[in-house]
Amino acid sequence: MADTVLSFDDLKRALRDAAGDSEEIDLDGDVYDVEFTALGYDSLALLETAAVISREYRITLSDDVVGSVRTPHEFLDAINEAAVNEAAVNDGVR
Amino acid sequence: MSTAVVTGIGVAAPNGLGTGHYWAATLGAHSGIRPVSRFDASGYPARLAGEVPGFVAQEHLPSRLLPQTDHLTRLTLYAARAALDDAGINPGDLAEYEMGVVTASSAGGFEFGQRELQNLWSKGSRYVSAYQSFAWFYAVNTGQISIRHGMRGPSGVLVSDQAGGLDAVAQARRQIRRGSGLIVSGAVDGSICPWGWVAQLASGRLSDSDDPRRAYLPFDADARGHVPGEGGAILIVEDAEVASRRRARVYGELAGYAATFDPRPDTGREPGLRRAIELALADAGARPAEVDVVFADAAAVPELDRQEAAAITAVFGPSGVPVTAPKTMTGRLYSGAAPLDLAAALLCMRDGLIPPTTNVTPDPGYRLDLVTGEPRPAQVRTALVLARGEGGFNSAVVLRHAI
Repeated sequence: MADTVLSFDDLKRALRDAAGDSEEIDLDGDVYDVEFTALGYDSLALLETAAVISREYRITLSDDVVGSVRTPHEFLDAINEAAVNEAAVNDGVR
Repeated sequence: MSTAVVTGIGVAAPNGLGTGHYWAATLGAHSGIRPVSRFDASGYPARLAGEVPGFVAQEHLPSRLLPQTDHLTRLTLYAARAALDDAGINPGDLAEYEMGVVTASSAGGFEFGQRELQNLWSKGSRYVSAYQSFAWFYAVNTGQISIRHGMRGPSGVLVSDQAGGLDAVAQARRQIRRGSGLIVSGAVDGSICPWGWVAQLASGRLSDSDDPRRAYLPFDADARGHVPGEGGAILIVEDAEVASRRRARVYGELAGYAATFDPRPDTGREPGLRRAIELALADAGARPAEVDVVFADAAAVPELDRQEAAAITAVFGPSGVPVTAPKTMTGRLYSGAAPLDLAAALLCMRDGLIPPTTNVTPDPGYRLDLVTGEPRPAQVRTALVLARGEGGFNSAVVLRHAI
């Protein structure tokens, strides 16, 4: 399942697709630990980004998890944790 | 009681994007009515529309706003910025609770809503945009203006079909009287998409003509309904003293307003429009003889044209005042129509030219002095703008020239 786990670049692309570019700060700069509020992404922007990730990578995040992440770092960790959990569940089913 | 004045105008109209282009086209009798291009309307009973030309959203809006906005919200944000620039206002310089936003809407962001409903039906719920939660909504234009320009004072949205455009500006005046310094008002409306189209067709008031010059003919013996359009105007409404302190250019004063409701159709009682006109004139302290021009609602449905002509002649006498309907060049813009007429009336005062009603041969039975063909030079100090909404809404606004 390692090939479905997201990189930071994948997350940035999903953010741009879902909610447009950050007006405040260049996403290609050092923003890994910058809070989304400072980047100008609100809770709906993150929900929409999670929907893009769900469609493209089949990784589903609960709304609670999406609502709790504060930085790209935390978001990516949550996505990858969910990916590992889903892989484990799928392996268990198989 | 404080006086509310208009200090900024932003226009997105089918015959011109931007106030300058719109006004030049309107005085030149250039129409924006054409076959629908935004979707394939060939199989529908109505196939003409007034679409705003040359609008590229990416040129006017930050990338962040594109995924979350319907076409009409993008036009609204364009017009709001243009109006603020025209007024010489930088919202960042003002206190955020001093500024409010009151717009009108008739349907909300139908095109966005249609796309997301199609996603829901054809692909499933995970394909529906999270932004659908507000992008379709009546109040979205007010909200997006408020967020973009940091305006947290009294705000709202009025929904009363075509009359809403005047009702919103009247609400802006109320908020100025209650102490706000500046209200962004007016409306940009439209839903030129299949879902919006069928909703409008249900009114039975759409023209089925394919000839842009013969499709929308208010007060003409050949009137056969209207052509829908998109667009409107955003106006900056300010307290006259605040505007004067900052030496703002003032287009005119929102001097009078009234709204009435029609009686039930089968009662035989007189429709409410005449009363709306009289109450708005009384509110402005103006006599009918002082009114230099009337911007008509111009439904182009024979019964509604008769009602409007009867109300105008009852107040002003037969052919007693110049009447015009420049919306013959844009189609009816729903809640956006009356704010665009307010803009036209203010520009008409500035330039001394009454814009024409195009393509119409007035039916003499209406006994209206309709300005047709080309602009009519006139000193206009007081103007009356009328708007009627489907379902019985009548609104009237009296504008007075800035002294």
